[in-house]
Amino acid sequence: MDKLLLLGDEALAQGALDAGLSGAYGYPGTPSTEIFEYVQHSKEAARRNVHRTWSANEKTAMEEALGMSYTGKRALVTMKHVGLNVAADPFMNSGITGANGGLIVAVADDPSMHSSQNEQDSRHYGRFALVPVFEPSNQQEAYNMTFDAFALSEKYKTPVIMRLVTRLSHSRAGIVRTKYLNENEIKLPDNPNQFMLLPAFARVKYKNLIEKQELLEKESENSKYNEYHDGKDRSLGIITCGLGYNYVKENHVESKCEYPILKICQYPLPRKLIQKIIDECDEILVVEDGMPVIEEWLRGYLDNCLKIKGRMDGTLPRCGELDPAKLRTALGLEPYPIKEVPTIVKGRPPELCKGCPHRDTYYALNEAMKEYGPGHVFSDIGCYTLGFLPPFNAINSCVDMGASISMAVGAADAGLFPSIAVIGDSTFGHSGMTPLLDAVNSKANIVAFILDNGIVAMTGMQDSAVTGRVEDICMGIGVEKEHIHVINPLKGHHEENVKIIKNEINYNGVSVIIPRRPCIHIAAKLRKQK
Amino acid sequence: MKKNIILAGVGGQGILSIATIIGYAVVKVDIYLKQAEAHGMSQRGGAVESHLRISDKEIHSDLVPHGRSDMIISLEPMESLRYFPYLKPDGWLITNITPFVNIPNYPEMKHLLKEIKAHKNSIAIDGDAIAKEIGSPRSMNMVILGASAPFLGIPFNMLEDSIRAVFGRKGEDIVQKNLDALNRGRDFAEEYIKK
Ligand SMILES: Cc1ncc(C[n+]2csc(CCOP(=O)(O)OP(=O)(O)O)c2C)c(N)n1
Ligand code: SF4
Repeated sequence: MDKLLLLGDEALAQGALDAGLSGAYGYPGTPSTEIFEYVQHSKEAARRNVHRTWSANEKTAMEEALGMSYTGKRALVTMKHVGLNVAADPFMNSGITGANGGLIVAVADDPSMHSSQNEQDSRHYGRFALVPVFEPSNQQEAYNMTFDAFALSEKYKTPVIMRLVTRLSHSRAGIVRTKYLNENEIKLPDNPNQFMLLPAFARVKYKNLIEKQELLEKESENSKYNEYHDGKDRSLGIITCGLGYNYVKENHVESKCEYPILKICQYPLPRKLIQKIIDECDEILVVEDGMPVIEEWLRGYLDNCLKIKGRMDGTLPRCGELDPAKLRTALGLEPYPIKEVPTIVKGRPPELCKGCPHRDTYYALNEAMKEYGPGHVFSDIGCYTLGFLPPFNAINSCVDMGASISMAVGAADAGLFPSIAVIGDSTFGHSGMTPLLDAVNSKANIVAFILDNGIVAMTGMQDSAVTGRVEDICMGIGVEKEHIHVINPLKGHHEENVKIIKNEINYNGVSVIIPRRPCIHIAAKLRKQK
Repeated sequence: MKKNIILAGVGGQGILSIATIIGYAVVKVDIYLKQAEAHGMSQRGGAVESHLRISDKEIHSDLVPHGRSDMIISLEPMESLRYFPYLKPDGWLITNITPFVNIPNYPEMKHLLKEIKAHKNSIAIDGDAIAKEIGSPRSMNMVILGASAPFLGIPFNMLEDSIRAVFGRKGEDIVQKNLDALNRGRDFAEEYIKK
């Protein structure tokens, strides 16, 4: 078959399609978004009618994928690392129910937080749920592994994590497609109790899950993705995984690496291979992109094995993504000469686009809030988070998706007045509706702004689940009709908007203000459609 | 053959089309390529970079190692300097000199030019002006790609073929303007090297 130039994300998606995928589920999130979008735009997926509409959030996506797995078909669920927190409940329990049809949970981590709130490492979730993890080190592996991940998932009836990181997700390379499998037919679980987690069943199933670990470990011992490369110089052994392996190799293009290297790309950890390298070498350097997961396991709580070097003793930086230069230092190789950035170069942070509807919303909000001073506005995650930066300085928090409304409720409970929430339409659909229900039930004195730009803009223009229904949803939740206002965030409506906001601040109860104007990047498209 | 390239610019200026054109040219022949690009936050008028590596041998790291870049191709003068730590001491710095000013503390142009010229191998070209002359302001990125062509190690006609293939859908006029832009950039660079 032909060679394709694909992002790591896309290679994974192509692998899943070629391995007989029947449904992709997901919620957008950098750097995972392109996995799902590739399936969405694939002609092959359209021909086969592979499921490919975005879900409302990662939890519903995970459960929908589990439902497809229940029927015996192969399912893929995609999300960014923090999305797995949202999906943690179904994910943890899917470890216990196990899968029927192959189930891949593709999670993209973001070490260095290029566009995330934290740099949590999804391999922790793999161990937490006792679920195997595959961690490709390049695009071709991302493609190949999906076949093996689906096969392992069906053989051991377990979901499987595929962990990517930003620099693989968003890096392109040529890949070769290798084979093509048909989709599974519907075949319900042999054991009718498999997905029944009543305590009596769950206890048995949890024991089974623990017993399964030995077999999964054996799979890791024999996996082609876990390779032991011998080396003459046993003063150091290198244990590395995923992209870390590439950075080790990159530093040995001019001179061959004389140290033994253990490359780990399939978990649970291959104990025997690790024992071998530890026995053979005087010292061990652990190289992993993300948190020091393997290193922590190896050190143990007492950390009384002096042989281990890595992120926790400062050989490599404790946080942030790896790169070849950091490895060079850790390996004790002479650094290449490096030119400094001239001091006249200034930072250029991202900003709200010129003409962005969020700009006008913030101008109006700031004016209405002038008399109260700063510190009253809880915000959320999306383009509008940039309203924190000058010239707006309009918001005071950004924690996790949906937290704006809930935090405003808590602050209002404490007596903060005014207590304002600012949330985007997609974020509202993701996890803003339940906090609004809390607000209504407790008659919290808040004003919630739902910024309806008609799209998920931050992650690159995906469909928003609530488009066209925001007011109806708010009314359904119980917000009073007279306190729901749709405003037009445009300069010409500024005075009117400020007045509405001031009135609602002074209403003692739940108010919702919906500034509605399309993101400028879709406005032209929408006009054409009309 | 092995080239490490840093592409630099401001979100929306079109560094990714440069990567696409080069990528298209090399993927057809048996050359390895890796191209790491920036998505997400950085697109909203912020600084963007892409790492492009081409080689006849297997490439390991998706990122260009610090101090190992053969060239920086930049669509914006201040951005061209931001990636100095990647550039080899004798690497080429090829940059557009029309500034993109969207921050209040943007440095003075004469200071930027001084820094650019202080690097031994640098080509400073007014891509915006040339693109306007051609009647296609959006082809500025192809002018800059053209100016880097003499150092890329890729036959020029392969770049032209890529432009035809990548822009083909948009019609003959757009293809021709981008080809003109590429040629004008290349001519400028060749003239400059002769001097
Ligand atoms: C749990 C979780 N999932 C996904 C993301 C990635 N993400 C950040 S903002 C956002 C959506 C923003 O859309 P919207 O609320 O409509 O605001 P807009 O960007 O359109 O202004 C997403 C999906 C995240 N940060 N956390
Ligand atoms: S992409 Fe759209 S929503 Fe985001 S800042 Fe630009 S105009 Fe605003």
